[in-house]
Amino acid sequence: MRLSSKVTTLLILAAVIAIAPVFFPSSYYFRVGSLIFVNGLAVTGLVILIGYAGQISLGHAGFAGIGAYACALAPVHLGLHPAFAALLGAALSAGIAFLVGRPILRLKGYYLAVASLGFGILVSMVLSNEAQLTGGPDGMAVPELGLRGALKAIGIDLSNTEFWYAFSGFVLVLGAWLALNLHHSPTGRALRALHGSEVAARTVGVDVAHYKLVAFVLSAVYASVSGSLLALQNKFITPDVAGFMHSIEMVTMTVLGGAGSVLGAILGAAILTTLPQVLTIFQEYEQLMLGLVMMLVMIFMREGLLPSITRRIRGRGE
Amino acid sequence: MLTVEGLRSRYGRIEVLHGIDLDVASGEIVTVVGANGAGKTTLLKCLSGIQPVSAGSILFRGEALTTVSAHRRVQRGLAQSPEGRQIFTNLTVEENLRLGAYLFADEKVDRDMQDAFVMFPILKEKRNLAAGGLSGGQQQMLAIARALMARPSCLLLDEPSMGLAPILVAQIFDVVKSMKALGVTVLLVEQNAFGALSVADRGYVMETGRITMSGPAAELIADERIRAAYLGI
Repeated sequence: MRLSSKVTTLLILAAVIAIAPVFFPSSYYFRVGSLIFVNGLAVTGLVILIGYAGQISLGHAGFAGIGAYACALAPVHLGLHPAFAALLGAALSAGIAFLVGRPILRLKGYYLAVASLGFGILVSMVLSNEAQLTGGPDGMAVPELGLRGALKAIGIDLSNTEFWYAFSGFVLVLGAWLALNLHHSPTGRALRALHGSEVAARTVGVDVAHYKLVAFVLSAVYASVSGSLLALQNKFITPDVAGFMHSIEMVTMTVLGGAGSVLGAILGAAILTTLPQVLTIFQEYEQLMLGLVMMLVMIFMREGLLPSITRRIRGRGE
Repeated sequence: MLTVEGLRSRYGRIEVLHGIDLDVASGEIVTVVGANGAGKTTLLKCLSGIQPVSAGSILFRGEALTTVSAHRRVQRGLAQSPEGRQIFTNLTVEENLRLGAYLFADEKVDRDMQDAFVMFPILKEKRNLAAGGLSGGQQQMLAIARALMARPSCLLLDEPSMGLAPILVAQIFDVVKSMKALGVTVLLVEQNAFGALSVADRGYVMETGRITMSGPAAELIADERIRAAYLGI
């Protein structure tokens, strides 16, 4: 029996997440793992926007910032449980993406990149400058999610890093499952159609403006939830989460791993999250080596790591 | 079925259609022929809603279309196979066809697809391959099949013979002719005046943004001026 690519992807992802801890020599690895999953989630959202719909955004860290600060602010000011604060953040991000997306998605290519960049910078400036509310550049504390305590009560006792590894891994698999289902749905086909040719998409009856907005809003929700997870596991947050560098990082991870493939983009997130740790052996040349690796991948594997590698393996098999 | 009156359109400050009058009756195959740059493609883009209209009216089945957006025109039964084919090269042949039926989510979609495969057997053979790997002629067939999946009452075809080998050109015109049997009205825009007029009921000749002649296709083919200007005879 041949498994569908959706089931294969989910099985690979779940298996890696479940088996990897066997080889972890210390709790530090759980921490790196959960960071990979948090980044992987944001990047999965960008697969919908960049890989499916063919639109670019250099401002998605803005939505991560909204999700992160929702978890910090809503429990204090509205008395919400952090989990509901994360949902509120996601709803807020969706609403803002809807309002911002309408005008900026009329733009294409570089213009869209610059407009979305402006949006991201705007969010991070608000977070830095509204110091009496957000603590400014010094950041602010985020309350405990409390789920770990609840699990302990029913007999599942995990250390803090183990819990966040498992929980963000679970959310990532869920996010990947949704994105993969979208790929083969009529909405997913419409997104990939407008990526292929906007004119042709319109001539078959696809409302191009509407579907670009759908992709933008969905990816904003992914980024927002990713920001919330980061805030909740760090229990502390600074405006850097919404910063320009974080936006660039997200897009780089997506494109490096393969924007068209959920698994590829997550691989990109894994590589760019762990590579800086590995490259510390080059000491002061660490950043240089990172840049070099990224350039080499893009020159020799233009579609991204995973799609290029699978193509090469298939090509050899025939 | 389709009535166009005084249609004008411009790219920036340059007007390219200077008042086009044209009508297509139900069940007809009507062609608009003319040289490169006459404005034929712009005319079709105005009809499908991709190009804005600056003056004039478009009536389709008795309803004004001028302010209706492109995707809603497809819902009303006006489908287009755009110039240069514009198939989705990154999608499979089957996905391209399913996108043609994007407006529908019923079981008739699968039957329509089987019909398309009967009409174009090569598409069935290649249904799971990326459409970008098809040859030019196959891509053109896919573009027409995709437009038919939208269950149009009127099909707009933009230069279906463009860039194809002579044997494929003949095949494509056969396909156009077969639309009559399917009950689909066709407006065909072509540079290949002889081929288009051979399969059409009526024709219009377009020159630099104006209709200069019109009449039954057989008469146009016999007309000395047309033979000299477009048929190279």
